[in-house]
Amino acid sequence: MRRSIMIAAAAGLTLALAACQSGGGTTDDETTDGGATGGEETSSAAATGTLTIWADELRAEPLTDVAAQFESETGVTVEIVQKNFDDIRPEFLAQAPTGEGPDIIVGAHDWTGELVTAGVVAPVDLGAKAEEFVEVAVNAFSYEGSNYGVPYGIENIALVRNDGMTDVAPTTWDEMIAAGEAAGGQYPVLLQQGDAGDAYHMYPFQTSFGAPVFATDDTGSYLPELALGGEAGTAFADWLAANGAAGTGALQTAITADIAKEAFANGESAFMVTGPWNISAFTDAGLEVSVLPIPSAGGETAAPFVGVQGFFVNATSENQLLANTFLLDYVATDEVQTALYTSGGRIPALTTASDAVAADDPIVAGFAAAGEVGVPMPTLPQMGSVWDFWGTTQADIISGDASDPAAAWQTMVENIEAAIG
Amino acid sequence: MSTVATKDETPVRGSTSHARELNGWWFVKLAVMAVINAGLLYAVYSSFMVRQWWILAVTVVLLVVVNWVYFSKRKVPAKYLLPGVIFLLVYQVFTMGYTAYIAFTNYGSENTVSRDQAIEQILRTGDIRVEGALDMPLKVVRDEADQLGFAVVVDGEVQVGTAEQPLEPVDGATIGEGGAPEEIPGWRVLNLAEVLEVQGEVTELRVPFSDDPADGWVRTQTGAVGFQSSPRYSYDAAADAFTDITTGTVYIPNDRGFFEAEDGTRLTPGWPVTIGFENFQRMLTDSRISSALLQAGAWTFAFAFLSVATTFFLGLFLAMTFNHPAVRGRTLIRSLLILPYAFPGFLAALVWRGMLNNPYGFINSTILGGADIPWLTEEWLARFSIIAVNLWLGFPYMFLIATGALQAVPGDVYEAAKIDGAKPFRQFRSITLPLLMISVAPLLIASFSFNFNNFNLIYFVTEGGPNIPGHPLALGETDILISVVYKVAVVAGTKQYGLAAAMSILIFVIVGLVSWLGFRQTRKLEEVL
Repeated sequence: MRRSIMIAAAAGLTLALAACQSGGGTTDDETTDGGATGGEETSSAAATGTLTIWADELRAEPLTDVAAQFESETGVTVEIVQKNFDDIRPEFLAQAPTGEGPDIIVGAHDWTGELVTAGVVAPVDLGAKAEEFVEVAVNAFSYEGSNYGVPYGIENIALVRNDGMTDVAPTTWDEMIAAGEAAGGQYPVLLQQGDAGDAYHMYPFQTSFGAPVFATDDTGSYLPELALGGEAGTAFADWLAANGAAGTGALQTAITADIAKEAFANGESAFMVTGPWNISAFTDAGLEVSVLPIPSAGGETAAPFVGVQGFFVNATSENQLLANTFLLDYVATDEVQTALYTSGGRIPALTTASDAVAADDPIVAGFAAAGEVGVPMPTLPQMGSVWDFWGTTQADIISGDASDPAAAWQTMVENIEAAIG
Repeated sequence: MSTVATKDETPVRGSTSHARELNGWWFVKLAVMAVINAGLLYAVYSSFMVRQWWILAVTVVLLVVVNWVYFSKRKVPAKYLLPGVIFLLVYQVFTMGYTAYIAFTNYGSENTVSRDQAIEQILRTGDIRVEGALDMPLKVVRDEADQLGFAVVVDGEVQVGTAEQPLEPVDGATIGEGGAPEEIPGWRVLNLAEVLEVQGEVTELRVPFSDDPADGWVRTQTGAVGFQSSPRYSYDAAADAFTDITTGTVYIPNDRGFFEAEDGTRLTPGWPVTIGFENFQRMLTDSRISSALLQAGAWTFAFAFLSVATTFFLGLFLAMTFNHPAVRGRTLIRSLLILPYAFPGFLAALVWRGMLNNPYGFINSTILGGADIPWLTEEWLARFSIIAVNLWLGFPYMFLIATGALQAVPGDVYEAAKIDGAKPFRQFRSITLPLLMISVAPLLIASFSFNFNNFNLIYFVTEGGPNIPGHPLALGETDILISVVYKVAVVAGTKQYGLAAAMSILIFVIVGLVSWLGFRQTRKLEEVL
């Protein structure tokens, strides 16, 4: 109720201001000729309005500059609200239907299905711009034929090597373990798991057994049919158990994201499977690191998930025109995408920006190379039902709580199927 | 307080009432009421502006009632009760009523937006760029009658159209440097500020591309670039039905809040509709949910009961110890004991989680010298750890209230007991505990209800884990009812807020029942005396 009053108050104020504006500024005769000469000169006629953007701490900062430029060129106020990345989706889903949400949010492409079926994001037609983006980035935000996001960054995990400990570039899991043990660290490899598992970091190894999460059609789009069961899935489950607590111990549920990051920075392991977001912590700790493709555990190519980050437009926003102008004309530019890369470490989604960045940074080039064999994270809304079962089952197999890996894997498949309905 | 006020009222009727005394306090009251009235009037105005009729009605009623009560000579009890009643209505009754309403709907993942929004969204998402259509430089224009239109450049030629009139070339129009139309005879080109003033209309505007509807229409997202797109569905408001323009399939609303074709395909999004008792039925008939509720319910009762019992007896023991006159430095020790109570609970829970981690936590690695004890990852140890952490968090509160209550027990009762030859334990059992219970029992019931829904503790210490291998809802061993609700209906892939509301009502009923039984017992305690 209070919030509504605040909104009402804001609305009242805006209306009053708008009334003043139109009362004092109806000198249209002058603007007819000025308006026809293109976008740059219209800035003299100040527009009103506020564009609200929700972004997390890594995105809020680089957006400030482009927001200031947008403000000075259009006269529109841009309000960037900093939020915890994990809070953006649930809060947006709750607020957008009431018409009170932000105009634009920063998000990940795998939110697309859920946001679209909930009816809270508007399609954004990239038009001619589409060709300027890396193909996987554009495909990632499309759902049932329409595009819903303006991509800015691509991310995937890869194998990060501590060059001070070894110079082996392993192509199989066993080679990596052997090299890791030879390097003399406390852990042969660091693969973050935690008590609830981490299916995202485990996925390249799962795909190397030929057990992708969902089936795909001819064009590579995911179908809502599970494909992670069967013989390939069982082989993967057995592999998890063989490397878990009851086996070699290379995989441990006690290794959380924080512990893995700290251990690698302390030089306790030669290899870590992680993403670009951790690299600065390693270089700050004085490590020399290389980024390599992820080795295969099951014989086939180890394909990590590729995630694309981008901006969504609120379907209930009254500022759609402004929001699209801001995204298509201001954010989808090399400068902004490079600035976002500098602060967040994600490879730019615009081809020119991405090439430029990869050319002077071997780390970026390494992640890009590892991501070439990657598969986009599914945007299907069904995916939301998969993560919990998937992660916890892997954790149970690794820790030995599930003593029969094949049966545990089969139960998981059945549970996910029941949850998807 | 209210009883005192009522007594005042009767004799003073007709003589000087508080409202009539024109002293300084009267002006203070006037000032306070002025501020409240200003706030309420503003709320009335604001809710009218945003068309929130329910809020408008409630604020108007509040405005009238508040002024009536506080400017009336009588209504003295109401003067004391009204603020409490208002807060009760807003924060308790409204919340419960709204939860109950949601419990009878299918509000969730695909059913969150309103029906109108859903229709608008289906039309919008089906409006797709015509295959291979190129971007066209575009200007938003108005004709002499102020009708909004688009001017675009098609094949080097300026064409103009409105919602009713398809695009057609205009003689004498010029193209500017950027390739966009510059001057169009008979049309006025809008500048950016003017476009933004009507941005809603501009994004909604569809200018037919030609006389042939199959060619689609021209629309814009930015006001500077247009493209040719064509709709996939058409909506007939009179028949309340969508038609797929290419296949002719008709979609009509079903009772689940979706537009559905005969073959069962649905258009998303849908909107929330009431579905009767279905959410409640699912709790009983869906074996995945009912078994989870039973299992978690048993643990919830055990957890809440043990939490209250352990914290109370530890608190009472310490209170009795430090109530003894022979203990030195009692004040200092008492203040130290309250420390855990002074830490924010969620922070303490997170710290405990870190300390109990196996093998990296402080307890295993340092205190126990590298022991391998799965504090949080083994079923029974995790339960033990949860209760132990809650004991640490909760005993200072019990210590405080027990100390207070003990000091209220008269000393002469103990002297009489001593003369009768009662030993210390007998004194405790027959005098201290019963006398204490009269004042403390309601607080114990409140503590039970609080712990019954102690979501923070569970989530921050174990997140409900360790996982139950193969559980059909991916629940953990230490999940209590409220965290089950959260996992099943809120964080799971499909959001089911209707189901969550129904489950919350179940929890409400359980807690209400237990409290009612508890309070009835307490009354019996009083009767004994």
